[in-house]
Amino acid sequence: MFSELDAFLSILTFTPAIGAVIIAVFRFASRPEDQGLIDRNSRMVALGTTLVTLFFAVVMMFEFDPAVAGFQFVHEVVWLEQIGMGYRMGVDGISVLFVLLTAFLMPICILASGAIEKRVADYMIAFLLLETLILGVFTALDLVVFYVFFEGGLIPMFLIIGVWGGQNRVYAAFKFFLYTLLGSVLMLVAMIYMFLQAGTTDITVLLDTAFTPQAQTWLWLAFFASFAVKMPMWPVHTWLPDAHVQAPTAGSVILAGVLLKMGGYGFLRFSLPMFPDASAYFAPMVFVLSLIAIIYTSLVAFRQTDIKKLIAYSSVAHMGFVTLGLFSMNMLGVQGAIFQMISHGFISSALFLCVGVIYDRMHTREIAFYGGVVHKMPVFAAIFGLFAMANVGLPGTSGFIGEIMTMIGGYQVAWWVGAGAAVGVILSAVYMLTVYRDVIFGEITNPKLNTLTDLNRTEWIIFVPLIIMTLLLGVCSTLVTDITAASVEALISNYDAALAAPAQ
Amino acid sequence: MAVLIVFGPLFAAAFAGLFGNFIGHRVAQIVTTGFVVVSALLSILNFFDVAYGGNSQTIHVATWMSVGTFDVSWAIKLDTLSSVMLVVVTSVASLVHIYSWGYMANDPHRARFFAYLSLFTFAMLALVTADNFLQLFFGWEGVGLASYLLIGFWYKKKSANDAAIKAFVTNRVGDFGFAIGIMALFLVFGSVGFDDVFSQVGDHTATTLAFAGMDIPAIELIGFLLFVGAMGKSAQFFLHVWLPDAMEGPTPVSALIHAATMVTAGVFLVCRCFPIFELAPNASAFITVIGALTAFFAATVGLAQNDIKRVIAYSTCSQLGYMFFAAGLGLYGAAMFHLFTHAFFKALLFLGSGSVIHGLHDEQDMRKMGGLYKMMPATWIMMLIGTIALTGVGLPFAALGVGILPDLGFAGFFSKDAIIEGAYMAGQQGIAFGNLAFWVGVIAALLTSFYSWRLIFMTFNGTFRGDKHTFDHAHDPPWSMMGALVVLAIGAIFAGGLMKNDFIGGNSAHFWNESLPGAVHGPAVAGGDAETHGEVVAHGEPAAHEQPDNGHAAADEGEAHATGEHPPVWVILAPFVVTLVGFLAAIYAYLINVGMGARIAARGGPIHSLLYNKWYVDEIYHFIFVRGAKGLGDVFWKFFDVRIIDGFGPNGVAGMTFAAAKRIAKAQSGYVYHYAFVMLIGVLGLTLWILAGAGGQ
Repeated sequence: MFSELDAFLSILTFTPAIGAVIIAVFRFASRPEDQGLIDRNSRMVALGTTLVTLFFAVVMMFEFDPAVAGFQFVHEVVWLEQIGMGYRMGVDGISVLFVLLTAFLMPICILASGAIEKRVADYMIAFLLLETLILGVFTALDLVVFYVFFEGGLIPMFLIIGVWGGQNRVYAAFKFFLYTLLGSVLMLVAMIYMFLQAGTTDITVLLDTAFTPQAQTWLWLAFFASFAVKMPMWPVHTWLPDAHVQAPTAGSVILAGVLLKMGGYGFLRFSLPMFPDASAYFAPMVFVLSLIAIIYTSLVAFRQTDIKKLIAYSSVAHMGFVTLGLFSMNMLGVQGAIFQMISHGFISSALFLCVGVIYDRMHTREIAFYGGVVHKMPVFAAIFGLFAMANVGLPGTSGFIGEIMTMIGGYQVAWWVGAGAAVGVILSAVYMLTVYRDVIFGEITNPKLNTLTDLNRTEWIIFVPLIIMTLLLGVCSTLVTDITAASVEALISNYDAALAAPAQ
Repeated sequence: MAVLIVFGPLFAAAFAGLFGNFIGHRVAQIVTTGFVVVSALLSILNFFDVAYGGNSQTIHVATWMSVGTFDVSWAIKLDTLSSVMLVVVTSVASLVHIYSWGYMANDPHRARFFAYLSLFTFAMLALVTADNFLQLFFGWEGVGLASYLLIGFWYKKKSANDAAIKAFVTNRVGDFGFAIGIMALFLVFGSVGFDDVFSQVGDHTATTLAFAGMDIPAIELIGFLLFVGAMGKSAQFFLHVWLPDAMEGPTPVSALIHAATMVTAGVFLVCRCFPIFELAPNASAFITVIGALTAFFAATVGLAQNDIKRVIAYSTCSQLGYMFFAAGLGLYGAAMFHLFTHAFFKALLFLGSGSVIHGLHDEQDMRKMGGLYKMMPATWIMMLIGTIALTGVGLPFAALGVGILPDLGFAGFFSKDAIIEGAYMAGQQGIAFGNLAFWVGVIAALLTSFYSWRLIFMTFNGTFRGDKHTFDHAHDPPWSMMGALVVLAIGAIFAGGLMKNDFIGGNSAHFWNESLPGAVHGPAVAGGDAETHGEVVAHGEPAAHEQPDNGHAAADEGEAHATGEHPPVWVILAPFVVTLVGFLAAIYAYLINVGMGARIAARGGPIHSLLYNKWYVDEIYHFIFVRGAKGLGDVFWKFFDVRIIDGFGPNGVAGMTFAAAKRIAKAQSGYVYHYAFVMLIGVLGLTLWILAGAGGQ
C-alpha cells in the first residue's frame, strides 16, 4: 500500500498543509459576499483534511512494528551533503504515539470550533498549518527540520490566541511568545554548537555522538530552557494559565493536548539520549522542580476562580509527573511518563472541551457564576464528572496508570520523589472535586442558568471518542506500553551504558 | 461463575446508568437487583466450594499493565478469605438493593441510585478478589468513588456535597500512604502480586529502606504504609472524620458501604497481608494502638450524639477498632469473624434506623422521637435484635464448663468475646499492647452497651417528643424493607454460633486453608481439624493435643476454650458483666430517671462538650489543613506567581521591551512581526555559522 512509499511520513505530515492551501485558494477565489459559503466550506475542508490525516496516522500505526527499537518509515532527502544537512523524517516507538495523538485530536478541535464566527477561513488555515508543524516536530530527524517545525508551530498558535482569543488575548499571546522565545534562542545556539561538533544535523547520527561531559552540561541547560518552558515546568509556567484562559476552546485543547508534549518529547529525543551525563547530573534538580510543580500548582489550582485557569494549573501539575518519570530513567518511570503524556492529551483536552461547552452557552468561566448545572445538563454533568475523576487519577481511567507508573519509577530512585508526587494525588482530588461541586452540584441560584441545554449532537461526537480512549487505556494500558517498550528499552540501555562508560 | 459474580454487577451498573432514562426506573431496579442477587447466590455456592471443598484458585482475566518486570493482571482470586468477603458483600448488597425498592420508592433519580449501588458492589468485589496490590487499589479507589457518589446522591444539599468531598479526600490521604506502600513493595520485591510478595517476605526481614531520613526495616515500613491506607478506608482515628459526615447519604448506603462492607476493607487488607504483618511487630503494635484508641474514642463520642445515624456510625467506627486491634495482635481469624458478624447486625441496625427515619418522614434527631414501639412494633423488634447482637449478649456456658450446654448468644457475642479473650491471652503472652487492648475492649463494651440501649430507649420508649402529626403517621415499612430486615436479623442471631467453629474454632485451620494463619488460641485448635471433616491430618501436628476431639460440628462451639490453655473465668465473664452494667445504666438514665441525659447535655459540662463535639478533631483539622491549603495556595498564586515570577519575568521584561521597542520601531503593535524578525535573525545566524563552520573545515 502507499504506506510503503518513502515519502509516506511526509505525506502524512503535509496533508493538513495541503488542506490549508485549498482553503486559502478557495477564499481568494470567492467573492466577499459569499462569506457564509466560505465559512461553511472552510469548516468542511478542514474537517475532511484532518480526518484524512487521522486515517494516514492509523494506517501508520498498523504498519508500525513495535518490536523494532529504531526509526521506521524513514525518508531522507539530503540538501547539503557536504555539511550533512538534509530533510529527514522517521518515527520510532516514542514519537509514533504523539503523531497519532495529534491526528486524533485535530478533527475534535475542528468540530469544537463551532462558536468561532470571526474569519473562519483564516482560523481553519491556522489550525491546519499548526497540525502540519506539530506533526513535523514529532517526525523530524534532522536538527534544522526539527527546529523549523518546533519554532514554526508557535506562529499559528500565537495567532490563534492573539486573534481569536478572549479579552486579554494580547497580553497572553505576548507572554506566551516571550517565554518560548527565550528558550528557543538558547536551544538554537546549542544546536549550532552540536552541528559544529558533530559535523552533521542528522539526529540519528547525533544520537550516537558522545559529547564531553562539560559540553553536555551547557547543551543540556540550553535545551532544558526550551523544553522546560514548553512543558511547562515550575517556575516558567506562568504563561500557560494566561494562554489557556485567553485561547479559544480548540486552541486550549491543542495547547494542552499536544503542544505541551513537545517539551516531554524533546527531553526524550535530545536531552536524555544525547546528554546522559548531564541528565544524570541534573536529575535531582528536575525532581525538585517536578515536585514543586505538582504540589505548588495543585495548591494554586485550588484557589482559582476561573475554571479554565484551574484546569491549566492542573495541567502543570500533571506535567510534573511526566518530568519526574522521565528523569527517573527506569522502564516504569519513562514508560509511565509517555503514558501520562498520552493520557493527559485525552483528559485535559476533554476538560477544556467541557469548559468550552458551558462557556459557549453562558460566556463566562467564573466558577461562582455556576452551580446546579446538573439539573439542566445531566449528561454533561456525567461526562465532566468522568473526566474530573480521570484527572484525579482514579484507577480504571488512563490518568491513574501514568501517575502510578511514574510514582513507582520515581520511588525507585529516591523515596521522597515517589512520596512527594503522591501528595499531588491528594491535592488533585481537593481542587477537582471542589470545582465540580461548585459548578455542577447544588441548587440553581443563578436564574440565567435556567436557559442551559444539554449536549447537542456535535458535542456528543466530540466527547465519545475521548471517553472511549480514557477508559480503554485505563483498563488496557498495554495498548500504549507495548508500542513504546522496545524504543524505551533501547533508550535506557544506551543511557546506562553511557553512564557506565568512563568520561572522556 | 466467578466472572459473573464480579462483573455481573458492573454490567448492571453500566446498563442502569447509561440507559436509565430510556428503560425506566422499574427495569433499572430489576436489572441491578437481579444481577446482584444472582451474584450473591453464586457467591454462596462458591463459598462452599472453596471453604469446604478446598478449591482455591486464581482466574486470570486480562492484563492491565505490563512494563518490564512490572506485570499487573485483572484476576479473580478465590480463596477462603475472599470467598467469605464475597458472601458478606453480595448478600448485604442484595438485601440493600431490595430494601431500597421501598426506601427510595419516591425518589425521582432511582435508576441512578441503583446504578451507583451496583457499581459499588462491583468495585468491592474487584477489591476482595484481587490477586495483586494494584487491583486491590483499583477496587479500593472504586469503592471510594461509589461512596463519594452515593454520599452526595442528594446533590442539591450542600452538606451532602461537602461530606462527599470530605470522604473522598480523607480517603485519599489514606491512599497516599497505601500508594507509597505499593511503591516500596515494588522496590523491595520487584512485584506487586500477592503470591510473589508473600512468598518472599521471609527473605527480606533484614532489608532496610531509607525513608524520611531514617533507615527503616522494609517490612515494617511497608506494613505501616499499607495500614495508613486501611486507616483511611476503615475510618480509624486521625482519618475517621469522614465517616460520621457520610451519613448524609441515603440510609441504605450507610448500611451497605459505611457499615457492612467498604469500611471493613481495611481489615480485609490487613488480614490479606498477614504474612507481612506477622513479620512486622512494630507495625502490628501500631495497628493495635490505633485500633484500641478508635474503639474507645468512637464509643465515647457515640454517647453524646443525638442523630440516630451518627450514633450508629460512631458505633461502626468503634467496632472497626475492635477488628483492628485483633488483627494487630495477630488474631486475624477473630478479626474476620467480627467483620462477618458485624456486617449482619450493623446493616440490620442501619436499615432499622432507616425504617424509623422513613416512618417519621426523614426525622433523624432522636430528641424528637420516643415511644415508637407502639407504632412500629416490627421495626422495634428488629432493632432490639440488632442491639442485642451488637452489645454481645450471650451466656458463655461452655467456656465456664457448665455441663454440656454450648455457648448461647447472638452473633456479636461470639466474635466480640473472642477478640476480648484473645487480647487477654495475647497480653499474657507478652504481645505488645495486648493488655491495653483487652482493657480498652472491656471498657468500650461497657460504652457500647450504654449508647446502644440509649438509642433504643430514646427512639422506642418513653413518650414521643416530635409533633403529633408525624407520630400519627408513623408506620412500619413496606414488605421489601421488612423482608431485608428479617433476613439480616436471622444472620445477626445465628451467624456467630454457626460459624464460630470454622472461623476461630477447631475447624479454622482447615477452613482458612492458609489464606489466614492458625486461629485465635494458637496451636490448640489445630487438632480439631482432623475429625470435624473426617480427614486425618497426619502431618506433624504436635503430639500435645492428642485428646480426642469427638467433634461433631454442633458441640465444637467453645471448643477452643476447652482445648489448650484458656483465659480465666473473670476474663470470660468480664464482657458479659460490663454489658449488663451498661444496659442497667441506660435503663436508669433513660427509663427510670427520664430526662437525665437531656439534663446532662443541657448543663453542657466540659466532658459533654468534648464528646458532643467529637473531641474537636474536625475543628483542628479544618484549622490546619483546610485553611492551611487555602492560605498556601493564595500565597503561591498571588505572591509567587503574580508578583515574583511574572513581576520580574515576563512583565518586567515586557516593560523594558516596550520601552526599547518604542524607541526602535515606533510602537509596532504586531507582535507577530517581532517574532518573525527574531526568527529571521535566528535563521540568518544559523546560516552564517554554518557557512563559517563549513568554510573552516
